Amino acid sequence: MTTLYTADHEWLRIEGDVATIGVTDYAQSQLGDVVFVELPKVGRTLKKAEAAAVVESVKAASDVYAPISGEVTEVNEALAAEPALVNSDAAGKAWFFKVKIADKGELGSLMDEAAYQKHIA
Amino acid sequence: MLATDAQTSQSSLKRTPLHALHVASGARMVPFAGYDMPVQYATGVLKEHLHTRSSAGLFDVSHMGQILLRPKSGRLEDAAHALERLVPQDILALAPGRQRYAQFTNKSGGLLDDLMVANFGDHLFVVVNAACKADDEAHLRAHLSDVCIIEPLPGRALIALQGPKAETVLGRFCDGIASMRFMDAGARRLNGIDCFVSRSGYTGEDGFEISVPADAAESLAGALLADEAVLPIGLGARDSLRLEAGLCLYGHDIDTSTTPVEAALEWSIQKSRRNGGARAGGFPGAEVILDQLEQGAARRRVGLRAEGRAPVREGASLFADAASSEPIGTVTSGGFSPSLNAPVAMGYLPSAQAAPEGLVFAEVRGQRLPLRISPMPFVQNTYKR
Repeated sequence: MTTLYTADHEWLRIEGDVATIGVTDYAQSQLGDVVFVELPKVGRTLKKAEAAAVVESVKAASDVYAPISGEVTEVNEALAAEPALVNSDAAGKAWFFKVKIADKGELGSLMDEAAYQKHIA
Repeated sequence: MLATDAQTSQSSLKRTPLHALHVASGARMVPFAGYDMPVQYATGVLKEHLHTRSSAGLFDVSHMGQILLRPKSGRLEDAAHALERLVPQDILALAPGRQRYAQFTNKSGGLLDDLMVANFGDHLFVVVNAACKADDEAHLRAHLSDVCIIEPLPGRALIALQGPKAETVLGRFCDGIASMRFMDAGARRLNGIDCFVSRSGYTGEDGFEISVPADAAESLAGALLADEAVLPIGLGARDSLRLEAGLCLYGHDIDTSTTPVEAALEWSIQKSRRNGGARAGGFPGAEVILDQLEQGAARRRVGLRAEGRAPVREGASLFADAASSEPIGTVTSGGFSPSLNAPVAMGYLPSAQAAPEGLVFAEVRGQRLPLRISPMPFVQNTYKR
């Protein structure tokens, strides 16, 4: 299992041809208290870089962009009932959605943990 | 995914006398009306908001404009009468030691700014919005200089202390605080410093606004923050608090294209300035505003509560039903209410479709979300009248 990161502060956990996607702890700390999360529909085909989800704090709405292309296979329904999970466990329980990876070549442009830590330093 | 407003201070931005205190307190600073201002502290918007409602919050509002109007004749009524040329409020009847909400109007009845006016005995003290203060000052000079000396006070900070514990906290620094009523205002000595104190604010809570000389602002703020009941509160929570209180934000809910009647601010226009009153009209746009006071306006600012969890933000179009193609109105402020744990918004609707409990739809990311027209304030105010 590999974890990769985008410059836009999303993480991807790669297991076989499925990527689980969420936002980083750094992102949640910058967003502040999350009060609402809108997730993509299961079955939707995402193109890399298109708006896939929305995370809202008291103050503002922020788009979460698809870090790679692929079909949405599952979404985290728990976030609808408890959006604050994003603040308490961004890297774990607060995963957003899973994607069936369309093109593994797209993973090449993502950062590993060390590169991401440098990115936010 | 992160907005760029998290970028830190730019050197071109102005700083309030409390800037160093904000930075030292761990505030996230953002540009606002030309100032580098704290949007939130480490506590975060949600907890800052709830803390203000349950205890006390300290807000730096020093970016706002403070201006004295001194009558050249030495008679306050001359200054009061002159200011009535620019606002639809009764300023002559404003008693010494009292403050009142007012608006500068334009020729078409729109709003140039909203403001607070206090009678300090031998002069008037006005507080205006930061983004408008240069224009307001010019407006006052252009129309009142024959009668008044216009004296801006850039050397003073403005601190708001808001919430149920504000009275107790401030009372430790000054006698007679508890006997002030909502909208009482005047000179008070706080912590050895000569201040102007009013029992007012913009959160819907009981509280105070304190005008203090810039060089004493940090020590006064520090003394207030030393009380464990008080936390520093940023602009983020200031916005969600005023939204819950149903209060207008200039440049969003009101501007040069909205009249006081459209904005549901009729309560702020006293009988003496209306048709049949002792000094009816005589302010810019009076024909429009006085007519709307009698006939009503074609559109009206209303409160809106979402049926679901998704916040509806400023700029969202409003529709009569889930399918119609023509919008009937727009959301002017919207967000999440921490007190109600639900989204709230305000916006303009045609008056015929603005009745309470009516249902309208906001378009958010291509979906139509149902909103219930709701009375304001969304959260009951706790003013000590």
